[in-house]
Amino acid sequence: MLKIDQICKTYPNGTHALERIELDVNEGEIVALVGGSGCGKTTLLRMISGLERPSRGAVSLDGDVIEAPHPAVGIVFQEARLLPWLTVSENIAFGLDHLPKAQRDKRVDEALLRVGLSGYGQRWPRELSGGQAQRVSIVRALVAQPKALLLDEPFSALDALTRASLQDHLLGLWDAHRPTMVLVTHDVEEAVLLADRAIVLQPRPGRIFADIPIELPRPRDRLSPEFAEAKRVVMNALDGSLSQPSPAKAGRATQPSAGGSF
Amino acid sequence: MSEAGTLDRETTASARPTGARFAVFSSAFTVGLILPLATALLYEAAFRLGLVQARLLPPPSRIIATLWEMAVTGELATHVIATSLRVLIGFGIGSAVGMALGAVTGSSAAARRFLDPTLQALRAIPSLAWVPLFILWLGIFEGSKIALIAVGVFFPVYLGVMGAIANVDRKIVEVGRVFRLSRSALARRVLLPAILPDSIIAIRSGLGLGFMFVVAAELMGASEGLGYLLLDGQQLGKPDQILAAIIAFAVIGKLGDWLIVIASKPFLSWQDTHQRGA
Repeated sequence: MLKIDQICKTYPNGTHALERIELDVNEGEIVALVGGSGCGKTTLLRMISGLERPSRGAVSLDGDVIEAPHPAVGIVFQEARLLPWLTVSENIAFGLDHLPKAQRDKRVDEALLRVGLSGYGQRWPRELSGGQAQRVSIVRALVAQPKALLLDEPFSALDALTRASLQDHLLGLWDAHRPTMVLVTHDVEEAVLLADRAIVLQPRPGRIFADIPIELPRPRDRLSPEFAEAKRVVMNALDGSLSQPSPAKAGRATQPSAGGSF
Repeated sequence: MSEAGTLDRETTASARPTGARFAVFSSAFTVGLILPLATALLYEAAFRLGLVQARLLPPPSRIIATLWEMAVTGELATHVIATSLRVLIGFGIGSAVGMALGAVTGSSAAARRFLDPTLQALRAIPSLAWVPLFILWLGIFEGSKIALIAVGVFFPVYLGVMGAIANVDRKIVEVGRVFRLSRSALARRVLLPAILPDSIIAIRSGLGLGFMFVVAAELMGASEGLGYLLLDGQQLGKPDQILAAIIAFAVIGKLGDWLIVIASKPFLSWQDTHQRGA
């Protein structure tokens, strides 16, 4: 279980990015962090990844406190961040140095097959489209078989069609090993499509505004009325989080149904 | 630094991949030959027709004859080897020290604050100003010449490598951190490949400056070397010998640059540049 325990983050320049974030993510659960710009959602993700340290509080995975990048936590960034001097296969195998070559090759080939890129192994990253590069970036994180996968607005730079196809790819990949996933997004539809829970953050300083369970069966139909209703609830909470001026009041999660009245 | 800047641009322009398609390479090569060859032929014709006095500017045929003569007697080889060795040793020292110090100041802000101001101040001194001091310290023979060449090579390599390291994308370095690479693994698997393209440009401009300074070093007194041929040709009034030496300089300079390009090519095939396939 991924436990985020009373995290605060203040930068040396005085920016108060996060205030007492408290969040437990169950094993295999997909949680979406939703919020307007400046609400600290990326900061929170970087803290879970161990790339940054909280000013107070701690993040732990199965009781193991995360103080630096952790072998059981993978991350996918907004940009694919492939190493341009490595082939696609070498990029995917980047974190698999500890495995014998045969096993490494096997995992890479399986991964390429699963994201529909078999035959692309020997290509250079520059030869890939944006969507293909992001697929490689996702499997690069997944071949290390992390217990938790963090995604920082992974599809925001892609066109709508590519995004939809990658969201399906991601769910397919998730289904194979069911890692815990934390997804940062500003796209409410994406949150409702993928997540078991949407956490709405409120800016300045970043706090949890609402914790909304999304209990739709998978695969989810974007056109169903239930989907539209869930979207509306999250959207309302998001609107509420942005129009709520006082930082003192809403320190804790409130119920989503109250969202409309803010 | 304007000299190095110009060199830089020239070497970049000639960095276009050549091996991919021989036909493309050879046609580009042929087009480039038209102007010098036509000029040479016109001048030769003017000379044969008695239209020009060739005392100060000998016709191509005479320059070729002089080169041939020096090649046959082995004189040319002696001078080319002497010059190449000086450049090679000076370039080796200058680029090794340049890369080492560039790596240190590029990767550590503390080292940069401590070292870089001094090195930048030294860079502001025209390298030729060191000549009298080097001769006093190291004598008139090889030591002072090699020192001068090394100084000339050092600065472009140092600046290029330092800049390359400082400019490595934080986002790429973060990928290395996420996969928990050790410091040495991060340097080897991420930083080194990331700085390679810029470093090779820096090394190439360093070699260009090495050739510039070997001429200066040999002009200040040498008993062999292409620079000696230049000076000897001036003192004895042999312009054909001067031009032969200049041509030899061009050939070995280009050859040295080409060797670096060829040697680095397998490591740079991943690059995404606008010149690809040109």
